[in-house]
Amino acid sequence: MFYIFCPYCGEHREEEEFHPKGQAHISRPEDPEATSDEEWGDYLFFRDNPRGVHHELWVHAVGCRKFFNITRHTVSYEILEVYKMGEQPSITAENYAAQQGAASADKERNASQAKHQEGVRA
Amino acid sequence: MSNAQQFDTRLVGEHAGEIAVESPLAYSMHRSGAPKAKADTTVTLRERAFLGHLTLRGGAIVLDEALRDVLGMSLPGEPLGLVQDEAGERSIQWMSPDEWLLIVPGGEEFDVERRLREALGDAHFAISNVSGGQTLLELEGEAAREVLMKSVAYDVHPRHFPVGKGVTTVFAKASVILRRPSEERWELVVRRSFADYTYRWLLDAGEEFGVGVER
Repeated sequence: MFYIFCPYCGEHREEEEFHPKGQAHISRPEDPEATSDEEWGDYLFFRDNPRGVHHELWVHAVGCRKFFNITRHTVSYEILEVYKMGEQPSITAENYAAQQGAASADKERNASQAKHQEGVRA
Repeated sequence: MSNAQQFDTRLVGEHAGEIAVESPLAYSMHRSGAPKAKADTTVTLRERAFLGHLTLRGGAIVLDEALRDVLGMSLPGEPLGLVQDEAGERSIQWMSPDEWLLIVPGGEEFDVERRLREALGDAHFAISNVSGGQTLLELEGEAAREVLMKSVAYDVHPRHFPVGKGVTTVFAKASVILRRPSEERWELVVRRSFADYTYRWLLDAGEEFGVGVER
């Protein structure tokens, strides 16, 4: 179970109060008329499934009923960051890897990370 | 300039009394019974039916001004806040960053709504009368907190849930608005359609504490 901090209620709540709503930061193409079928299909149907840092949209369904974003590590399930709608994440896959690399110079770990695939990026 | 009108849906004149008004729990108490308080009763359950529930939505600043004008009350300053007037008859609870629940004595809601609409004028807001859709249950007594601990995942320890706090959370798989207006008293605002379920759950959960129903 997750114990999620709701940025609007300002406190941690049980996961059963929330619903996940999929990948965050998906924007509708600004000019649908000029969008190719392939781009439109990507927008509608294709989602990232990364191994590692992932940005997700959640809603505090039984609570304040507001949507917000969570940055979560899909391997450790650790919630790295919670931020409101309209804000940008401070932790991304790129800078997280850099931070982790600096924090642990463990060769074995690096070797095993290299072996894993990065998951699927849409 | 205001075109606020009053929509009082109660029957008046010769039609008054044609339709019996029944609380959401009337049938439940008839069907499931309402155990009386005994000597070893440590939790009391009562329904405060027919109160006026208004959902206010809009900006905090304009709503706060209108409420000060109309009721002499201000919005809770913090998220999860609950404020009451001195008599404890009227309360305003934070529901969401742009939503508050105002509860007033029954029958007053029509007039309060009209006066709020007049005070708000052309501001961007919404007021919904949800009185018929929900009801208020009260749990009182030393075991009230223990009954809640059996029913909600939310932490109801006094350190985490002081007087003057109110949250929306999961109560026995249903949703409930849980609030604490005083030390010994807890209020549950439940949906009308879930009132029977909640009532029967509370009778069952309160059995070991000799729950007594006041009616």
